[in-house]
Amino acid sequence: MIPFYLTAAAMLVSAIMVVRSTDLVRAVLWLSVVLGATAVAFIQLKADLLAVIQVMLYTGGVITLMLFAVLLTWRRDEGKPAAGRHRQGIGALLALGTAGLFVAAISRTELPEHTPLVESDSAAVGALFLQQHVVAFEALSVLLLAAMIGAIVLARRSDA
Amino acid sequence: MAGLEMWLYLSALLFAIGLYGVITRRSAVALLLSIELMVNAVNINFAAFGWSRGDYTGQMIALFAVALTVAEVAVGLAILIQLSRTHKSTELNVATELK
Repeated sequence: MIPFYLTAAAMLVSAIMVVRSTDLVRAVLWLSVVLGATAVAFIQLKADLLAVIQVMLYTGGVITLMLFAVLLTWRRDEGKPAAGRHRQGIGALLALGTAGLFVAAISRTELPEHTPLVESDSAAVGALFLQQHVVAFEALSVLLLAAMIGAIVLARRSDA
Repeated sequence: MAGLEMWLYLSALLFAIGLYGVITRRSAVALLLSIELMVNAVNINFAAFGWSRGDYTGQMIALFAVALTVAEVAVGLAILIQLSRTHKSTELNVATELK
């Protein structure tokens, strides 16, 4: 139980720092803490493969990409976390409402029988990918290719 | 070991924090960060349900979601860089056209 609470506390505190921090570089770095804590959570959920992918793709790739984007773009609007108190109030209200709704829904739902995984089996996940769900897997690879080409075309200088 | 509902509560709170960020942030980069938080919450749910049911399909779907998010972030950041070039700002209020 204690590992869960430590992970959850780290995750929630740094998530709040991500949305509250006025410095964008800091917000990105706090996000990397959230993503790292999520990797720890995945290990607790017996999803070792997912944890490794999380560290490689997110903490390694996405955070670097985000840092590049923050440092390459104009930031004269930095330092203002939100559009005024009014908007912050609406945001807080909606977020609390959503959280309350979810918590109420979860506490009322009868959860399915709890038969947890006892060990992590990356080979089983791989087999699911390449046998039962191979069509979705191939579609995903086409989508990734399209997204990659799209990103390159979009980011290219128009005068080049 | 924490039960399934604890993980669901954690994920719900994380999702709500991300939602707060999406509503209050004006910078497009910060908006993408908040969306990452929400996607992360959903991934925890997938992994937690898979774990609780003793099934690896949840992990597989979470992996799909990870790949999709990475593609989304790449395209989003490319649009952002273009926006910053043409409008000299990444504030969302200035983004009214894409040319």
